[in-house]
Amino acid sequence: MEKYSRCMEKSIALINERIRDGNAHVVTADQMPAIVAELGEEGALAEVDVVTTGTFGAMCSSGAFLNFGHAEPPIRMERVWLNDVEAYGGIAAVDAYIGATQQSDTQGEEYGGAHVIEEFVSGRSIELRAMSKGTDCYPRRTIATELLLEDLNQAVMCNPRNAYQRYNAATNSSDRLLHTYMGTLLPSFGNITYSGAGTLNPISNDPKFRVIGGGVPIFLGGGKGMVIGEGTQHSPGGGFGTLMVTGDMKGMDPGFVRAATMHGYGVTLYVGVGIPLPVVDIGVVRSTAVRDEDIEVDIMDYGIPQRSRPSLRKTTYAELRSGTIELSGEDVRTSSLSSYRRAKAVAVALKEWVVRGEMLMAAPTRPIDPSRVARPMHETARTPRVLDIMDKKVVTIGQDELIREAAARLLKGETNHLPVIGDEGKLVGIVTTYDISKAVVNPSKGSKVRDIMKRHVVTTTPDEAVDIAVQKLERYNISALPVVDMENHVIAMLTAMNLGKLFGGRWLK
Amino acid sequence: MKLLVTFSKKAGRKPIIAQVVKDTGVLINVERALIDSSEGEALIDIPDDMCQIVREKMANLGATVRLLDREISIDESECVDCGACVSICPQEVFYLDGDWKLSIHQGRCVLCGRCITACPHGALSQLGEP
Ligand code: SF4
Ligand code: SF4
Repeated sequence: MEKYSRCMEKSIALINERIRDGNAHVVTADQMPAIVAELGEEGALAEVDVVTTGTFGAMCSSGAFLNFGHAEPPIRMERVWLNDVEAYGGIAAVDAYIGATQQSDTQGEEYGGAHVIEEFVSGRSIELRAMSKGTDCYPRRTIATELLLEDLNQAVMCNPRNAYQRYNAATNSSDRLLHTYMGTLLPSFGNITYSGAGTLNPISNDPKFRVIGGGVPIFLGGGKGMVIGEGTQHSPGGGFGTLMVTGDMKGMDPGFVRAATMHGYGVTLYVGVGIPLPVVDIGVVRSTAVRDEDIEVDIMDYGIPQRSRPSLRKTTYAELRSGTIELSGEDVRTSSLSSYRRAKAVAVALKEWVVRGEMLMAAPTRPIDPSRVARPMHETARTPRVLDIMDKKVVTIGQDELIREAAARLLKGETNHLPVIGDEGKLVGIVTTYDISKAVVNPSKGSKVRDIMKRHVVTTTPDEAVDIAVQKLERYNISALPVVDMENHVIAMLTAMNLGKLFGGRWLK
Repeated sequence: MKLLVTFSKKAGRKPIIAQVVKDTGVLINVERALIDSSEGEALIDIPDDMCQIVREKMANLGATVRLLDREISIDESECVDCGACVSICPQEVFYLDGDWKLSIHQGRCVLCGRCITACPHGALSQLGEP
């Protein structure tokens, strides 16, 4: 009878009693599916007291509050650099927040806030530089000193958004190699990248936030920490919950706090986060039985530079981890950006803490809403579109006209680019002043426009954002884009000049 | 055995590799070649026992030869076994083993260098005998 009632529900107090007595049965989350399959839900509830989770991946939204103590004479630091990486100094006199993705003023994407954090945790010394205007109470204007983590009064990691419940996978339909925060994406669907620990992920093991919430103890970067509450952009309604977490950097381990550079994108911090889940009822048993097969994500096309990228298909972590995925009939290779091996190491380390009685369970003191959905940015100023600045006066030429005629039109139209129009009035090519000059010097190629035109034309559309059009100009190193409608009719031109005139050159590098 | 052969523009006019094949009778597998206006570079694969003779011959023809005994090299202290290098390698050199640890298939790498920039942790580099 006693056993039966214990099976229906288990209090956190009881679980903690078992942990203190050294009798708690603790397993890692990847073992739960098999345990539940073998013992059934009630059996698993009776058997398992704590399930430990873990994830280890790029968590850009990370950083730390540092307190340096007062110097003699004292300074009220306004701008602060750590190894040439600027930290936010707008908090009192000797506090600063070092953000993981902030890049070095001198080394660019090779070094950033993440590296400063990793070096501090590794016991290396960091150069602090700071400036101030000087006040009556804080007369000093500059300071430079070498600091170790142990020299700081506090170094509190405080990460606004960590431990994403899951993350959409990425691929690239375009013909260019892309460097993104999802890693290197090969052209023409050459690969798929993904991130996340799947069956080991903390929130995926408690998607209703029944035992995860503010005040719950966690593993953070190898040290002990705590969930503060929901993370920024928390969107569990759509399956993308996040957590805000904190922990003392002084207890951390460099194996679980690793700076990284996503080439062509920037600096980020790989952080290990794990949460122990007390198995208090059947609900927790069920949610911790989640497998890689059960966690779905979309494969997004990063070849399309819009917030609402199209999803190509759905997949699961099981499929992603298998190494290849079929995408429109082709086998495409997959790569993870986060480390499953180290996620498992987080869950195992956490398990050992609980087994040894070094971490007790706590109920959330501040519940997290499991249904919220994050909204996109409320933009008050409309993003400029090509429509707003394009030149509607467009001079074109037919593909069967003579090169001579093209030259005359270029002169008369005071332009350097002539879109070439085919039989149905559609864009088929482009000729530039340079092409014409070449044809004059070397007339052997033919006498008609079609003989010398470039057939691969980079175009834009009226509703494309100006920033995207500018990216095209820069990427292909060209100075004009024909603006086409849905039927590929040229309706205007967008030239570097339009941009320069209207925006005082702000858009051009 | 892999050799990285670098030749200057002047020497590049002569068909060095073809010449060496002809003179030595060694079959040379060209895995990668990059030749621009001023310099040429080719990664070749040859049978181990022919290494010495091919190296000498190439050096005589004015090329610099570097022995690549290591292919791509992984710094174990930096690698976190994420696997970001796996899908971008054209030669399928990398894979995660049964314990999700990064492993490599020996002998496949053509030193294209793509993985070096793709690794977020700077764990990969090209090492060879200078
Ligand atoms: S990308 Fe770098 S860190 Fe990741 S598995 Fe490959 S070598 Fe290791
Ligand atoms: S250098 Fe190229 S071929 Fe060699 S392992 Fe790296 S990506 Fe693969």
